[in-house]
Amino acid sequence: MREYLSKRAAQVPVSGIGEFFAIANSRPQVISLAVGEPDFDTPWHIIDEATYAMKHSRTHYVDMKGLRTLREAICEYQQRRFGLSFRPEEVLVTVGASEAIDLIMRTIIDPGDEVIVLSPCYVAYAPAIILAGGKVVTIELQSENDFKLTYDQLNQVITPKTKAIILNYPSNPTGAIMTKSDYEPLINLIKDRHLMVISDEIYAELTYDHPHCSIASFAAIKEQVILVSGYSKAYAMTGWRVGYIIADEQLIKPMAQIHEYTIMCPTSFSQYGALEATRNGDHDIMEMKSEFERRRNYVVNRIKEMGLACRMPQGAFYVFFDIRPTGLNSYDFALKLVKEYDVAVVPGSAFGNSGEGFVRISYASAISELKAALDRIEMMIKSLIAD
Amino acid sequence: MEDIKLLKTLENNARLSNHELALMLDTTEDAVEAEIKRLEDKNVICGFHTVINYDLTANETVTALIEVGATPKRDTGYDSIAKEIYRFNEVSTMYLMSGKSEFIVIIKGRTMKEVSDFVARKLAVIEGVTRTETYFVLKQYKAEGIILAEKHDEDPRMKVKL
Repeated sequence: MREYLSKRAAQVPVSGIGEFFAIANSRPQVISLAVGEPDFDTPWHIIDEATYAMKHSRTHYVDMKGLRTLREAICEYQQRRFGLSFRPEEVLVTVGASEAIDLIMRTIIDPGDEVIVLSPCYVAYAPAIILAGGKVVTIELQSENDFKLTYDQLNQVITPKTKAIILNYPSNPTGAIMTKSDYEPLINLIKDRHLMVISDEIYAELTYDHPHCSIASFAAIKEQVILVSGYSKAYAMTGWRVGYIIADEQLIKPMAQIHEYTIMCPTSFSQYGALEATRNGDHDIMEMKSEFERRRNYVVNRIKEMGLACRMPQGAFYVFFDIRPTGLNSYDFALKLVKEYDVAVVPGSAFGNSGEGFVRISYASAISELKAALDRIEMMIKSLIAD
Repeated sequence: MEDIKLLKTLENNARLSNHELALMLDTTEDAVEAEIKRLEDKNVICGFHTVINYDLTANETVTALIEVGATPKRDTGYDSIAKEIYRFNEVSTMYLMSGKSEFIVIIKGRTMKEVSDFVARKLAVIEGVTRTETYFVLKQYKAEGIILAEKHDEDPRMKVKL
């Protein structure tokens, strides 16, 4: 059947960690620190609003750009939380940030356009670029720079064909952030080279020692920024599938057109839940974030107690753990850990070449689970380093 | 170390060791120990206890919530009447309230008769107490932020998600 596949579909990379997935999923006793979503339940007041909506006939198509009230609430939220000023006409509500990324690529990419991605990164960016006919250009981030993007790295890869760059700070999988002063050296370059910046800020609410800085806050390039965010991580609403794009209205209009043809609108009652979260969910975020912070500290300090170096990640809920002292590559490390110690972590290589030498530990699990898993990781590390 | 972070952490789980607290708060065990002692001395930390669902044990207990009406005293207001009440071991919790009644008193006893006797013989006769209204607890759904009426399900998430 392979001959029926389009050339583009055939180019989409297949996950290289299939065997690991299969083992982790087939063993119920596995403690998983490989999950990219919060362990908390969605706060009840959000569920309550969504079920109320469902029971009161809010079960029809809604405005294709998303509920007007939700788009207004998103603008108020972005102002309140991050000091960013937008109009509801600049907002498009999507089926999670995932649809947003795909939709943006299909709207801005012509065949041959180059799009820069930062490696290691979330796995969906490259396929979205490829399916839109674009060419993926990779910047290999360095752990010595805390996986931040530097001027030189960006300057080196820009060509006349470069259309856009995808940023994801706070980052999955590294937990890295970019502060205002980290962004400042890049702004003129982005402006002068007319780069579109797709900034996936799905983890914006989860920064610990510094406030989140959106690249959309730089007035000089605000029109070049397409901001992507959503409800999954901040409000523990992964299954609700609600995200959004904020961009210049001239970009939102064609995106809304494609979005209307392909998916119509995100689930109506999910949007009512999202509206409640946006209006009344700030406290939930704070509660979950303080729990994440305790867990982050716990994981990092446990790793340090094992005698290994580990930097304190500044955002998201991941520790990108440097396993090079064990002598194993990241896939072999993860496979051995799940097979012999029943603990799942994600090999860094799954997120790109520069993830090699690291594994991603998600701390979206209760402290008791983290403790049990880290005890086992410690046993394995001791045995490897003793050898 | 911010004391509110320590307090919130302990409030969620009082069984954590000083070592675990130090890891979670990114500080040293000595700092945790000193801070807990300081907060205990200041009576900010007043005790540690366990949330128990006695309905699932063989041990019979009865809990009652009692609204107590009272007239304040000229010199000491409500506090001296409150002291007459909260000193009894049967009283597990007591609040001064706004609204219809002055106090809410939560009593734990072994039987309904024991609780009724306490109200009739000890509580209602205290000088300044004008009225009591007793509500017996039939079922405890949630206590101290913990839902008792539902068992925790297995983790509904997929084992691996990038």
